[in-house]
Amino acid sequence: MSDNKLKQTPSQTIGPFFSYALTPEQSDYNFKSIVSPEMITPETPGEHIHICGSIFDGNGDVIKDAMIEIWQADDQGHYLDRDTPPSSEVFTGFGRCDAEVNSGFYFNTVKPGSIGVGHAPHINMIVFMRGMLTHAYTRVYFSDEMKANEKDEVFVSVPADRRKSIIAIRNEDNGKVTYQFDLRMQGDNETVFFDV
Amino acid sequence: MSDNNIDKRDWQTHPPYVHLDYKSTTFRGPQKPLIPIKHSLSELSVPAFGQGQMHEHDNDLTINGRVDGEPIGERIIVSGRVLDEYSRPQSGILLEIWQANAAGRYIHKADQHDAPIDPNFLGGGRCVTDENGHYKFTTIKPGAYPWGNHYNAWRPIHIHFSLFGMSLASRLITQMYFPGDPLLKLDPIYNSTPDVKARERMVSSLSMDTGIADIALGYEFDIVLRGLSATPMEQ
Ligand SMILES: [Fe+3]
Repeated sequence: MSDNKLKQTPSQTIGPFFSYALTPEQSDYNFKSIVSPEMITPETPGEHIHICGSIFDGNGDVIKDAMIEIWQADDQGHYLDRDTPPSSEVFTGFGRCDAEVNSGFYFNTVKPGSIGVGHAPHINMIVFMRGMLTHAYTRVYFSDEMKANEKDEVFVSVPADRRKSIIAIRNEDNGKVTYQFDLRMQGDNETVFFDV
Repeated sequence: MSDNNIDKRDWQTHPPYVHLDYKSTTFRGPQKPLIPIKHSLSELSVPAFGQGQMHEHDNDLTINGRVDGEPIGERIIVSGRVLDEYSRPQSGILLEIWQANAAGRYIHKADQHDAPIDPNFLGGGRCVTDENGHYKFTTIKPGAYPWGNHYNAWRPIHIHFSLFGMSLASRLITQMYFPGDPLLKLDPIYNSTPDVKARERMVSSLSMDTGIADIALGYEFDIVLRGLSATPMEQ
């Protein structure tokens, strides 16, 4: 019965001063990190990609006191879920970046495989910042996967005129693959956020 | 896994994206309605964090920032359980915490508050819940600090908490407050929940059983995350 259920603990803002605890090595604090935006080693199987972007507020100004997390399947479309024992040698599929360091976020990772029929390759992204009391979920789809995107249940549930806000744009330069994915918190081109 | 359901985010509990009393939300919080999503493995899976990733003293903030002595301030032990909405203990959950020092100053480079930095206190820590969902930190009671939201605005004393639950959907960042803090009723962040009662779930309680006699006072803080229901949703 729903009456006997416990109530959720409320969300609160991450505030501006999280980095010495949550992204300490990236932000140059004397505390060991357990996660980072560098998710791969040269040996990690799959196509190595660099995803980067800026975060813009409703005034068009760049937001720096923010933290971005991503969670994704590996190149074969498998999530390394809780049941998989953690190992630093293994690609975990989880990354975290302090947006202060480079005035934006980046991840060095692999392009995920599809997790199954009806799912285009995508990355789950969580946005935290000072000035946001509850985190926001979005998804990163890929500009070179439009055929698959149009068969993806979640992607097509987004109104057509807003879909471009969740497509990362692919660029190749000297064999280096970069995807640009900016976040707009407000305005006409506000990024699509999901009620996860 | 994908046969499971997860309870919805309770929007009477979680603050709205735009909360006018907290000024920065007015140009940072998304304004368009959230798009509903049908959960797949993407939302129902979560990274594995384990005891193996913890370092010595990660859960003792009175030790992990020491340079040449003990940190200044009131030593406390913060402990509690992480549960889901069905009262099931959430084991193997990563908790990360961060906080100001006893003077209300963060070690963060951007903190401009004119209060002393404690050279022996970092203010960051982490631990993993045990098989019964229990966690425990030793730390220093933080101080209140001013922030620029409005004239003479002060944050009630608090410890920031970050948690991963059993799924990506149960991810939570919150703040633990202290009982009887007169600043609570003045704080736009604490008061941002639509349900007035939800606020009280962020206030810890003093416990004479969870501290260490003559060494440290204990505060208890239980956290409830969204739960995966193993049975089909009720009609
Ligand atoms: Fe704070």
